[in-house]
Amino acid sequence: MRDVAIVAFAQSDCVRDAGARNEVELIMPVLQEVYKQTGINSAQDVDFTCSGSCDYQQGAAFAFVAGVDALGAVPPIKESHVEMDAAWALYESWLKIQMGQAESALIYGFGKSSPGELPIVLSQQLDPYYLAPLWVDTIAFAAMQARVMLEQGLITEAEMAEVVARSRQNASNNPHAQLKGDVSVDELLAEPEYESPLRRHDCCPISDGACAMIICTVEKAKEWGKPYAVIKGIDHRIETHHIGSRDLTQSISTKQAAEAAGVAQGPVDIAELYAPFSHQEIILRRALNLSDDTKVNPSGGVLAGNVMMASGLSRIGEVAMRLINGEGKRGVAHATSGPCLQQNLVTVLEAQ
Amino acid sequence: MSSSAEILSQAFTLGYTYTRSTGPIVGQFLTALRDRKMVGIKGSDGKVLMPPVEFDPVSAQALSEFVDVADCGVVQTWSWVSEPRKAHPSDKPFAWALIKLDGADTPMLHWVDAGDAAQMSTGMRVKARWAEKTQGLISDINGFVPEATTLSEDYQTNEAEEPITGIDSPSYLTYNFTAGGATARYLAELKKGKLVGQRCPSCENVYIPPRGSCAACGVATTDEVELTNKATVESFTIVYIPIPNNPIKPPYVIANLVLDGANISFLHLLSECKNEDVRIGMRVEAVWKPEEEWGYAMENIQYFKPIDEPDVPVEEIGKLKKGGR
Repeated sequence: MRDVAIVAFAQSDCVRDAGARNEVELIMPVLQEVYKQTGINSAQDVDFTCSGSCDYQQGAAFAFVAGVDALGAVPPIKESHVEMDAAWALYESWLKIQMGQAESALIYGFGKSSPGELPIVLSQQLDPYYLAPLWVDTIAFAAMQARVMLEQGLITEAEMAEVVARSRQNASNNPHAQLKGDVSVDELLAEPEYESPLRRHDCCPISDGACAMIICTVEKAKEWGKPYAVIKGIDHRIETHHIGSRDLTQSISTKQAAEAAGVAQGPVDIAELYAPFSHQEIILRRALNLSDDTKVNPSGGVLAGNVMMASGLSRIGEVAMRLINGEGKRGVAHATSGPCLQQNLVTVLEAQ
Repeated sequence: MSSSAEILSQAFTLGYTYTRSTGPIVGQFLTALRDRKMVGIKGSDGKVLMPPVEFDPVSAQALSEFVDVADCGVVQTWSWVSEPRKAHPSDKPFAWALIKLDGADTPMLHWVDAGDAAQMSTGMRVKARWAEKTQGLISDINGFVPEATTLSEDYQTNEAEEPITGIDSPSYLTYNFTAGGATARYLAELKKGKLVGQRCPSCENVYIPPRGSCAACGVATTDEVELTNKATVESFTIVYIPIPNNPIKPPYVIANLVLDGANISFLHLLSECKNEDVRIGMRVEAVWKPEEEWGYAMENIQYFKPIDEPDVPVEEIGKLKKGGR
């Protein structure tokens, strides 16, 4: 596998409601920002473009096609889309570069969840015979997972609250975060239960926003003359849709992806984990076998702001930018999709 | 439609009115539900999977051996919904639960009507509360209840004998759609009876209706340009088919029109002429509804009608100069 360089990354603020901005108006500012960072003019200056989004979120069919209006696709460009988090659009772009079909790629993800009732919208991604007709939502599954872990003594409510307190504290240094500030574990534990055993703060907020990234071969990065971090390994795995057959107390697919991506081949300075619910960060830290020396979610993670379909790519971008800024030498980024961490993508990055 | 200075939004419900074929495995499970019975399926390792799946989650082997399972069992984990959402199966507080039915080796997801969270616990025994009428759907189980609950068994038998092979599974999702910033500005002017497009700062093309960007250059369109009521027919079609919910009686003409000063066309109706007289290059102008009927919609213009001006040569249509000038 050849190293692939991340040369640019930009993300919008996570906001509860982007109001009048449509998909094009959400995407354009982050695209302009990554062009500027790279020193290029438009999507015409890269070999491939791939995006991640889900039309169900805003209830606008083919919103992802409308999003292409942000690119300047005249003359036509090589373009693709995944109805998934843009972390998987990065994976497709990484494959293009591995195959020698592109030297550079633009990746972007966007999500406008505010127009709909997100947990209910997400219920429709589930099994269409057994689950979707009951409208069982994402929060319910996460709550049942948390209860299994609490009752088996695998986590405590205080540990969950610690995850939230650290997220809010770290987010204080993140200008894009939606939820931030100093809050103590005791204060959090004094909050009422929301969907028991979860409290409201155990669940990520609902956010609108977008992010974009430019990747390329190391040779191209040198030609552009911009600082970069490299992707040393990337892999993704999925577990069965038959929820009763899964062990919800651990993330086997994360473990498998971590092994394939080579997480254990060196110390991990920084990790950004896509844990939409507090207890899932603990599951992921264990699955990735991270030591206490690893700084986990220095951005605050998605508990501080979660743009569905962009947050996974943002985890990777966060780690890359921190490595470029000298905050560490080696980092791990994780993205997830589906109920109870069903599908997981793990990326290993190194500073240059 | 509500409006403030910049934000125009409107609620709408999107219906995905799917019918789904079940295949033999899911179909047999749903057929059993219709008869108020539970069946699981034997996995590659001999364990009974519930509800049945077509392929073993570990070995990926096709599965086919059905096993009768009890309609009662044990709660393995649960969550409590104190404020049910509109779409949820219960309008009073309830529990979601993973329930391992007697005779099954994996739990299935359903809901429990326990009245109060204090009545719920992991390990508690529950039984299915069957719907009065069954249809061959997962909702034929009208939730589970604590096993000691007395249920009336005033059931109607479903006399159907044909196995279930397909189900109706409509889903309706309600959204509050918000017009984009550029669209909102365009609609606000339209309500005042003005056609205002936006110019690309890079290539100078003028777009109406504007969408916020120049699709060719990928940059935001910010300059607003007021356009005239006059346009040229770029292409057209005569519609002979009645469209459901469309009040216009066929045959009628729909045309791609390029407004004077704009670089791209939009669709509108053409009227006050014989359909057979419509031609590419024909000059037309907007016929507006009475002012008191104007809203945030292109329907403010009833249709376009021909005007007495020479046709635009075909080779010049849609190839207007930059900036529409």
